[in-house]
Amino acid sequence: MTTNHLTPTLPDTRTYASVSVGDEIAPFELPLTRTLIVSTAIATRDYQVVHHDPSIAAERGSKDIIMNILTSNAFAGRYVTDWAGPNSFISSVKIRLGAPNYPGDTMTVTGSVTSKDDATRTVTVAVKGSNSMGDHMNATVEVVLP
Amino acid sequence: MTNTTPAIIVDSTPEAKAAFYAELQTYVGLEIGEPTPAPDEVNAPMIRHLVEAVGDRNPIYTDPELAARSIHGGIVAPPTMLQAWVMHGIDGPQRGGDGPYEKMNELLFSRGFTSVVGTNSEQTYKRYLRPGDRLTMRTVIDSISDEKTTGLGTGHFVSTRQDYYDADNELVGSMLFRIFRFQPKAKAPAAKPKPPRPRPATTHDNQWWFDELNEGRLCAQACADCGRVRFPTGPLCPSCHSRSYDKVEMPMSGTIHSYVVAHYPQVPSFDYPLPIVLVDIDPSTSHAGKTGNDKVRMIMNTADCPESALAVGARVRIEIRATDPDMKLPFAIIESTGATS
Repeated sequence: MTTNHLTPTLPDTRTYASVSVGDEIAPFELPLTRTLIVSTAIATRDYQVVHHDPSIAAERGSKDIIMNILTSNAFAGRYVTDWAGPNSFISSVKIRLGAPNYPGDTMTVTGSVTSKDDATRTVTVAVKGSNSMGDHMNATVEVVLP
Repeated sequence: MTNTTPAIIVDSTPEAKAAFYAELQTYVGLEIGEPTPAPDEVNAPMIRHLVEAVGDRNPIYTDPELAARSIHGGIVAPPTMLQAWVMHGIDGPQRGGDGPYEKMNELLFSRGFTSVVGTNSEQTYKRYLRPGDRLTMRTVIDSISDEKTTGLGTGHFVSTRQDYYDADNELVGSMLFRIFRFQPKAKAPAAKPKPPRPRPATTHDNQWWFDELNEGRLCAQACADCGRVRFPTGPLCPSCHSRSYDKVEMPMSGTIHSYVVAHYPQVPSFDYPLPIVLVDIDPSTSHAGKTGNDKVRMIMNTADCPESALAVGARVRIEIRATDPDMKLPFAIIESTGATS
């Protein structure tokens, strides 16, 4: 394979050896716009009204529309692959749900490496997404590194 | 369908609770309905829509060349998109039916566990999906917890497991989804104490009457000149216009002359329905009155008696009770029902 300056290159991927338990991942601030909440709900084919219609959400006792769970999953995965790189393989995403993500708020995502499994080159990352009301999600993401 | 809400069954004994839990457990392991095929194969446009919305720039999802050079060997879908491939879309899921999931829900509803909140989503991936993959999902009731009480209320955690298979019937991923089916905590009864009764509008002409009540005496006025006994208190005798009067202590008994029961509007200081009675106070023994126009009637509330005891002509005993630390008022206690003519 030949490469030259016009050939786009694959971003680097962290190696298993370069990662240590206790490593912190840079925080990520996600502005929770109405567009984000609606577009991600529709992109995951989730048409439940509580994810896009504020007036019906209010009738059902929610103060506004809320982010859907599939999108919380997507951000937990994105946060870890943004850090790990494209040659990583996510083997599991487990999230515990808490305070809903309403438009106008900001979700701050933080994470750290909690364990390593040499046999499978799997790194476990604890991810927390917090908004102004508390924890939106506590996630455990397993990622296999080269 | 009926419009009546079925009564909630209360399992009050440990044995009844155990029997209910045992019945719930018969649903564990059952498959919910037929396998659900994904409406579309895994495809690049849906992948691109999602990663654009999420702002995910990982090239393995959208860039064929870079994806081909990665360990993934070509475009793949974000693993967390697993569930999206079988989502129902705008028509929503089929409701109703009498499958195991609906029957389990009916059983939970029968105990009042009607509210629901998603608590956990646990996805595991065997491999990343690539365009062209055609998925089928099978759903099984994975577990039902024993009764738990959380900040939301009391109920059961119900976990379902969705297994995703490719066209070769190979398992590609699974999702354990846990919900909490619960009976919401009863709303705390109004914690606010009842506000005190509205204060009487007191003046120079009636303050003494409330002062006497506070000392335990129910009084009327007797004209010092013509002797007429009168109430409510006022500066002038309606008969002779004299400004002189004596205080007369009245008997603590009488007869209901008339009454109303107030329902609305409701003032927070009172309990409703609120009986209000007009009592003919028995004549004073010390001031029998001299004018033939000496009837004293007082408006008051009743105490310790049901609304059904109210009747014109009923005999009442009058008690002076403290309604607030700084106020006493007379109350009518109905002793016997009077003539109901």
